[in-house]
Amino acid sequence: MQELTTTRHNPQIDPFTTVWGWEIPVYLFLGGMVAGMMIIAGYFLFKEKHKNSDSIANYIPLISIVFLSLGMGSLFLDLEHKLFVWRLYTTFKISSPMSWGAWILILVYPLIIANMLMVPPSFIVDRIPQVNKITDYINARPRLIQNIGIGNMLFGGMLGVYTGVLLSTMGSRPLWNTAILWVLFLISGLSTAAAFVHMIAKNVQERELLAKADNGFIVVEMFVIALMLIGLATSSQAQIQAAQLLLGGPYTAPFWVFVVGMGLILPLVIQLLAVNHKIKHTPVAPIMVILGGLILRFIIVAAGQYSHYFNAHFK
Amino acid sequence: MARYGMVIDTKKCVGCMDCVVACKTENNVPEGHNRDWIVTVVNGKFPTVNLEIQSQRCNHCDNTPCVACCPTGASHVHEVGKVVLVEHNMCIGCKACLAACPYDARFINPEGYADKCTFCIHRVEKGELPACVSVCPTHCMSFGDLDDPNSEVSRLIASRKNHQLIPEAGTQPRIFYLT
Amino acid sequence: MNSISRRKFLKISGFTVGAAAAVSAISPVIKGAKKINKEKIKGIQKIPTYCDICFWKCGAIAYLKDGKLWKIEGHPEDPLSKGRLCPRGTGGIGAYSDPDRLRSPLIRTRERGKEEWKEVTWGEAFDYIAEKMNKIKAQYGPEAVAFFAHGIGGNFLKHTLNAFGTQNISAPSFAQCRGPRDVGFELTFGDAIGSPERTDIENSKCLVLIGSHLGENMHNSQVQEFATAVQKDATIIVVDPRFSVAASKAKYYLPIKPGTDTALLLAWMNVIVSEKLYDVDYVTKFGFGFEQFAAEISQYTPEWAYPETGIDPELIRTTARVMSQHKPATLIHPGRHTTWYGDDTQRSRAIALLNALMGSWGRKGGFFFPTKFSIPGYPYPAYPEPAKPKVDNPNKKYPFASEEITTGVRDATITGKPYPIKSWFVYATNLMNALPNEEETIKAIQNLDLMVVVDVIPSEIAGWADVVLPESIYLERYDDLHSSPFKEQFLGIRQPVVDSPNDQKPNWWIAKKLAEKLGLGNYYPWNDIEEYLDFRLKKIGMSLEEMKKKGIIHGNKAPIYFEEGIVPEFATPSGKIEFYSPQLAEAGFDPVPKYKRPEQPPSGYFRLLFGRAPVHSFSRTQSNRILMDMMEENEIWVNEDVANRFGLKNAQHVRLKNQDGVVSNKIKVKITERIRPDCVYMVHGFGHNSKMLKGAFGKGASDAQLITKYKTDPLMGGTAMNVNFVTFEMEA
Ligand SMILES: Nc1nc2c(c(=O)[nH]1)N[C@H]1C(S)=C(S)[C@@H](COP(=O)(O)OP(=O)(O)OC[C@H]3O[C@@H](n4cnc5c(=O)[nH]c(N)nc54)[C@H](O)[C@@H]3O)O[C@H]1N2
Ligand SMILES: Nc1nc2c(c(=O)[nH]1)N[C@H]1C(S)=C(S)[C@@H](COP(=O)(O)OP(=O)(O)OC[C@H]3O[C@@H](n4cnc5c(=O)[nH]c(N)nc54)[C@H](O)[C@@H]3O)O[C@H]1N2
Ligand code: SF4
Ligand code: SF4
Ligand code: SF4
Ligand code: SF4
Ligand code: SF4
Ligand SMILES: [Mo]
Repeated sequence: MQELTTTRHNPQIDPFTTVWGWEIPVYLFLGGMVAGMMIIAGYFLFKEKHKNSDSIANYIPLISIVFLSLGMGSLFLDLEHKLFVWRLYTTFKISSPMSWGAWILILVYPLIIANMLMVPPSFIVDRIPQVNKITDYINARPRLIQNIGIGNMLFGGMLGVYTGVLLSTMGSRPLWNTAILWVLFLISGLSTAAAFVHMIAKNVQERELLAKADNGFIVVEMFVIALMLIGLATSSQAQIQAAQLLLGGPYTAPFWVFVVGMGLILPLVIQLLAVNHKIKHTPVAPIMVILGGLILRFIIVAAGQYSHYFNAHFK
Repeated sequence: MARYGMVIDTKKCVGCMDCVVACKTENNVPEGHNRDWIVTVVNGKFPTVNLEIQSQRCNHCDNTPCVACCPTGASHVHEVGKVVLVEHNMCIGCKACLAACPYDARFINPEGYADKCTFCIHRVEKGELPACVSVCPTHCMSFGDLDDPNSEVSRLIASRKNHQLIPEAGTQPRIFYLT
Repeated sequence: MNSISRRKFLKISGFTVGAAAAVSAISPVIKGAKKINKEKIKGIQKIPTYCDICFWKCGAIAYLKDGKLWKIEGHPEDPLSKGRLCPRGTGGIGAYSDPDRLRSPLIRTRERGKEEWKEVTWGEAFDYIAEKMNKIKAQYGPEAVAFFAHGIGGNFLKHTLNAFGTQNISAPSFAQCRGPRDVGFELTFGDAIGSPERTDIENSKCLVLIGSHLGENMHNSQVQEFATAVQKDATIIVVDPRFSVAASKAKYYLPIKPGTDTALLLAWMNVIVSEKLYDVDYVTKFGFGFEQFAAEISQYTPEWAYPETGIDPELIRTTARVMSQHKPATLIHPGRHTTWYGDDTQRSRAIALLNALMGSWGRKGGFFFPTKFSIPGYPYPAYPEPAKPKVDNPNKKYPFASEEITTGVRDATITGKPYPIKSWFVYATNLMNALPNEEETIKAIQNLDLMVVVDVIPSEIAGWADVVLPESIYLERYDDLHSSPFKEQFLGIRQPVVDSPNDQKPNWWIAKKLAEKLGLGNYYPWNDIEEYLDFRLKKIGMSLEEMKKKGIIHGNKAPIYFEEGIVPEFATPSGKIEFYSPQLAEAGFDPVPKYKRPEQPPSGYFRLLFGRAPVHSFSRTQSNRILMDMMEENEIWVNEDVANRFGLKNAQHVRLKNQDGVVSNKIKVKITERIRPDCVYMVHGFGHNSKMLKGAFGKGASDAQLITKYKTDPLMGGTAMNVNFVTFEMEA
């Protein structure tokens, strides 16, 4: 028997690391979903789908702004030294994904706003009528719109990737320390975004398209999860132990039941039936996908903090 | 330019925690928090037991994930002795560095900033030893410049069997445990 | 007093003001209330003093930062600490800020043990005490007052009570601690080990630790020297049923069956004598009765010892030979807390004899001859002639007791024989945790007309008092000068570093005030302690002022080994080292130690062992928030196989039930390979049940509570406590 004991008892650190509670998973989830929505909206703009007045592309940006702000709010709530938050913007640290993130978020806002201003919500126009001028300006320039679309896709992509990179650069946490994590988070972001958008879409065509796309994302995501687990399980001792957290350890049941079962497989089946017109579209599948995506972030954040180098866990 | 490190003789250490208490009082470490701590590793079956006691703290790594991930530059490598420090009023308390440290050496001070061992740089700059080193009743800790081949720490590392903690994390820790 | 309501709070502040007024009214000359007023000084101040978290008395330097207590470090000039305090000493400043401290004198308002008091002024408290004492004196004589005191802080109260006319003064350091060892060595070499121990650990080439768990037992100099010995590659042999920290440093670890050490010692001596590995010159020159001893010992072969001790005969032989190789620098450590099984003096004698065979007494790397700074005492009037002999050891029931027996006083208090004891004064000893069988202690207390406890926190024993007097902690007061018998001569001073935060007073003030109240003011010719200290220091050409700056001064260099010129003299009846002890034979005891098999635990029960944790002192530091932060509860060590058998999980809480059905507070299980399967182990001092000790209340379990059984050493009255058995009661 090996007995390992420590006298350390730091809050959030012992008996195992829990520095990030609900705020960070929520932030990563919302960030990922906004990233997905930006990509979808950007794609629609690029494809000039927004010309249909009931196109979802015209509503996404407002939702994105709300979600992104909620996400940033939750990130802010996580900070322990809130008064100093401005320090984020007095420097740019190239080695720090957190710093990248801070700046990406700053750059993402104008792009989403640009998108939003094409069909500005009435509560803004009512208050600030001058907005109409900008709207007219943008809408008179199709190339600009396409560029806004490209910009949204690009920065959406960066935002989506960043949420994964933030964790995967942590060499200290074997579960996170896998290059595929950003792919997983990006694809999950896309999938939850597609689910959300198709749930609220009014345009039947778009709904069909997004549901199909989501089915694709789900399949890819399952594939990525498999790759990630195989990668971990065939790696160093620490990473094998980390993989075991999801393959027989404390996080296994929630992971397989909520993320894979109820968040991917079940909605995939439902949506396959729906797109093949066997059943009607209902919000059930998208909600499952969205919850699955949220739980995925919770599990990865928690299990990643729990995962540790061999020998480092105490009794 | 010095590169400070520590060498701790586990043959002599008795795990008394004097180093922990001294750090508390010297640095006013708040109740319920530790900058240093004792880990005991027991292997074997009674009565053939092997026990190693390690006084642990931030390793002031050469390769610092905690500094790399810090978005504000609050975590930095100090010019004196390449000691890894946190500038309190630059820290936003994002806890990235806490998550990034493979040794779990950091914690959030109740005032909100990331806190950890400073190698007692305030003492060292005055020519004193770190509090934990100077209090240790077994004299099992040495502190000094790893770049100076004649320093006590360098000589101990060269002459005795030793190991670092979690070398596979690639941080190149600067605390060495003699066995 | 459990929770001070708002109304009560107001009342208390009222009392405090009253107290201050009363004090000045009683005695305008006393300057005890003089404030130190360091607050005004900016920056760092260093004030030398000495530590009081245990009785080792390490020299220390306290630091103030902007007038506030910051930290305490070892005094580099002090031979005991050599500039480094132990963890308890380093954390000692936590005693100052302990929120559970006693604040003002208390008088009990309900029946004893109910922990309900009213706050009173010092004047009221002294009036109450003096009246009762005079009554007791009139009715039963002054001897009916007994004093229990542990540590140097008791000196002045002892003086007052001696002046009052009692000699019944005892401390748990004898019959509950080092008594058997000191008596065993005195019987053999004519001299005790004393405190600090006269063991030359740092120079020993082979160190044998029999249960002495140095490194957990943090007596500072011992641990420092132990580390030096380890560094110098001394061969370490550890005998312990538990794989102690010291065992992890040992070349040979002997996992002995508890209570069988005498068998091992006899077998070791058997090997050494039969193989003629002892220091022949030394034994021939200084030994007495060696032939009888050798004859007696010849029966105890390692094979004989094996079934008793569980130690492989070959290991016994090897270790015996290794010891001999390093003689005379082979130190078989005599231990300190030696009240284990009831035959402890004889076991200690066996240790002494083994050392005698090694020729280590008086030799470098063995036992040195301590030297002590000498300073004249204060000339006081003579104490009254005692009308009755001391009460603790009637008719020399324990013929070799060399100090007063606490439990003897307790017996007398219960039985009223040889004469009644009607009052206990208790200074700095938590008798509820220090004496075995708390029921007997309570029974004795119920026979008292007056029980006064002087403490710094609301300890368990304070909970039983009629009057509780809050003392200033060591950082807030002067104490007597101290000079320990050690390797070099030195003198140390304790001086106030900070003011007491509330209405606490130093012991000298309490002692003097009480004496004055009792009409014994002539025993205190000095006005305050500064005058007293200055007077004594002037006698050696020093002054208080100078001493306060230095903290420690050194005396003359003196020889401490035979090699350095100490004349080998042995204060035994034969003037030699008594391998065979005629005085023991005469008193009807074994003249050469014999082994007695200890009683074994019933099935399903385990022997309860206990010891020290490096960060706590006995039962006194558990509410010190700094040390509490290091370790806030104790654990019960359980061998892994046993744990599996009982289905115990690591860190689960259980209760322990002893052979008499006493059930402990709940305690965390520590499953470990570091202990034999026939015993369990816990750190002493936890499981406080004084509700006013908010920080420590209910944390961990108390060994003392489970020690309902004890065995009394027939030679000297020590109370052996390793004779209790426990089993596990699962927590729902
Ligand atoms: N940190 C700290 N240090 C202290 C103190 C303190 O309160 N705190 N108190 C000081 C005082 S006054 C004293 S007396 C000493 C006490 O310390 P020591 O005299 O060193 O030790 P004990 O308390 O007698 O014994 C505890 C050890 O004896 C072992 N033991 C138990 N039964 C047996 C047995 O049958 N045979 C053998 N061979 N070993 C056995 C236990 O497993 C344990 O390791 O510590 C001193 N040092
Ligand atoms: N069950 C069990 N019993 C034991 C032991 C054991 O290991 N287990 N060990 C035995 C040994 S070796 C010894 S030496 C004795 C020790 O026994 P004690 O000397 O009684 O030790 P403590 O339990 O620490 O009690 C000391 C008391 O003094 C108080 N005190 C502390 N500082 C001051 C001060 O400055 N002024 C005043 N007035 N009071 C103060 C504390 O609050 C505490 O109530 O216990 C013995 N009894
Ligand atoms: S003070 Fe020294 S001996 Fe004690 S635990 Fe720390 S390093 Fe070990
Ligand atoms: S031990 Fe941790 S906190 Fe210290 S330098 Fe290394 S990575 Fe950074
Ligand atoms: S918690 Fe502070 S020091 Fe750590 S990474 Fe964040 S800003 Fe930097
Ligand atoms: S070097 Fe200083 S800060 Fe670091 S653990 Fe030691 S005492 Fe604490
Ligand atoms: S051994 Fe420790 S607690 Fe005892 S006097 Fe010395 S420093 Fe203080
Ligand atoms: Mo003791």
